[in-house]
Amino acid sequence: MAAVTDAPTTPVRLRRSPRRSPDAVPALRSPLWVRAALATALTVVALLWLAPLAWALVTSLKEEGDTTAVPLELVPENGFTLQAYRSMLSNDNLITWFVNSTVVAVVVTVLTVALCASAAYGFSRTRFRGRNVLFALTIAGVMVPPQILIVPLYRQMLAWGMADTYAGIILPQLVAPAMVFILKKFFDGVPNELEEAARVDGAGSLRIFLQIVLPLSRSILAAVAIFVFIGAWNNFLWPFIITTDPSLLTLPVGLVQVQSSFGVRYAQVMASAILAGLPLVVVFMLFQRQIIRGVATTGLGGQ
Amino acid sequence: MSAVGSAQNTARAGGPALVGRAGADGGARRSLSVGRGGPWFVLPFVLVYAAFLLWPLVYGLGMSFTDTSLVSPEAEFVGLDNYAQLASDPLVWRTLGITLLFTVLSTVPLVLVALVMALLVHTGTRGQWFWRFAYFAPFLLPVSTVVLIWQWLFQGDFGLLNAVLGWVGLGPVGWTTNPDMALWSVVLVTVWWTVGFNFLLYLSALQAIPATVYEAASLDGADGWRRLFSITLPLLKVTTGLVVVLQVLASLKLFDQAYILYGGSGGPAGNASPILQYVYDTGFVNYRLGYASAISYAFFLLIIVVAVLQARLTSRKES
Repeated sequence: MAAVTDAPTTPVRLRRSPRRSPDAVPALRSPLWVRAALATALTVVALLWLAPLAWALVTSLKEEGDTTAVPLELVPENGFTLQAYRSMLSNDNLITWFVNSTVVAVVVTVLTVALCASAAYGFSRTRFRGRNVLFALTIAGVMVPPQILIVPLYRQMLAWGMADTYAGIILPQLVAPAMVFILKKFFDGVPNELEEAARVDGAGSLRIFLQIVLPLSRSILAAVAIFVFIGAWNNFLWPFIITTDPSLLTLPVGLVQVQSSFGVRYAQVMASAILAGLPLVVVFMLFQRQIIRGVATTGLGGQ
Repeated sequence: MSAVGSAQNTARAGGPALVGRAGADGGARRSLSVGRGGPWFVLPFVLVYAAFLLWPLVYGLGMSFTDTSLVSPEAEFVGLDNYAQLASDPLVWRTLGITLLFTVLSTVPLVLVALVMALLVHTGTRGQWFWRFAYFAPFLLPVSTVVLIWQWLFQGDFGLLNAVLGWVGLGPVGWTTNPDMALWSVVLVTVWWTVGFNFLLYLSALQAIPATVYEAASLDGADGWRRLFSITLPLLKVTTGLVVVLQVLASLKLFDQAYILYGGSGGPAGNASPILQYVYDTGFVNYRLGYASAISYAFFLLIIVVAVLQARLTSRKES
């Protein structure tokens, strides 16, 4: 669950300075052997953390017969092959689930950001009766773990005819009170002058929101959007509960279901696991700055 | 020594505080700075919130006082029966115990490893982008991907972990088959998967410590270890509190990785079956929705108690 507690407000410094900046580097003035030891430790931990991914990648590039060779070999007897990826990419189910995951994650992201930004603006910059009560209620919602709602929510979706539908998968994922809180905090800090000037010119609240506030908030909106997307793409429990129709499964749910049918075809299992994880790794490579700042400034993201 | 002390104070007072800022309701400039139409901005969110959070929350609470079943249309009000039953249900206590054990076993490494990673990266060794990628990348993977990869690593005969043990002369371990290892394997997967998040929280806190603090300490002759223990670690106290709270709350909600790793079986001898899995089994395998709701709400109460206790503890520490 995302945090609304006192999150660190200083973003991670991301610019790479041409020279190593002394301010960030308490150990710099340490003797050479200390620095060498630290760099070695850094490398060892990094290799440990990348090893599972590397091994999965190597396995996925082997022929099925080579995956279970004992003793383990890094370079397989029959050479590397894309066979596993070829059979995964020609698997209709996998393609369907990939499309489902994409549709669900994109729709959830767009709608959540729209709902939360609008509500946050209302809470931050307008005054109306009941505003404080509604805002307090929203904040209280942060405390509710989605996991405890699965039983009543499932029954409710059944009654509303939304089990095994896109709407059933998507709608419950739109409630993100933590994002409202984070965005409101940001809007509170946006200077008023521009808005006041626009209001003097006769602009209405909606125009001010769309044409002034949102463009000023691009960075935080990007951070929120990326996190909502990651959460939606990776969500397992709710799609797992609400879908049984194989053509509606999302990738994380589908993978678990086929795992048993692939049996001991380890290369294919690893290829499918990598294909499911790849989009977000690419997203991370493109948006490392925003993602890291998102974690740092808001402490959000963990489920 | 005194310079170190005072520099530390300055850092705490003047440095970028880790304390959340209260929303500023500038009352003075109300007329121009305050917009109209507020309810319309808030309404769409409130509707979704009411339909998919508030309503199920109330509905589930009501359901917990009934014998609602997934297979029969009628349900009867049974008062507190479900709650009385769960208090004496050995499986509730067993799965709760497993959940608490997992929370302790996972929180300790998830905080310590994250701290060590952040300290190492913060030394400024070249290739910052790569280090951050290596430590954080697993956090981005879907849980299914994570578990499929680890099932392969855990595999008894062809798995990488047992092969590595063999290279150093140790015997194979039944990672997912030995009842004593069952929960540890879930811990291992979880640490690898999620430590990157705590790592980033620590890293940003480290980078918020002003350089002047360290310079003053250096002038005073404090060496690397001294700076670490007298400056860095004390200044990370607030962040550590935050990381621990978030981690405990996240670990208590263990379900996905344990469920997938053991294919819903709860692991050998049921040793890796957390309480949320008992909720799932009760509701969706045994169709007892009323009882499953009651367990959910008892668990929810526990989470709230933990959150309140921790909030109290951290606020006392700060003051």
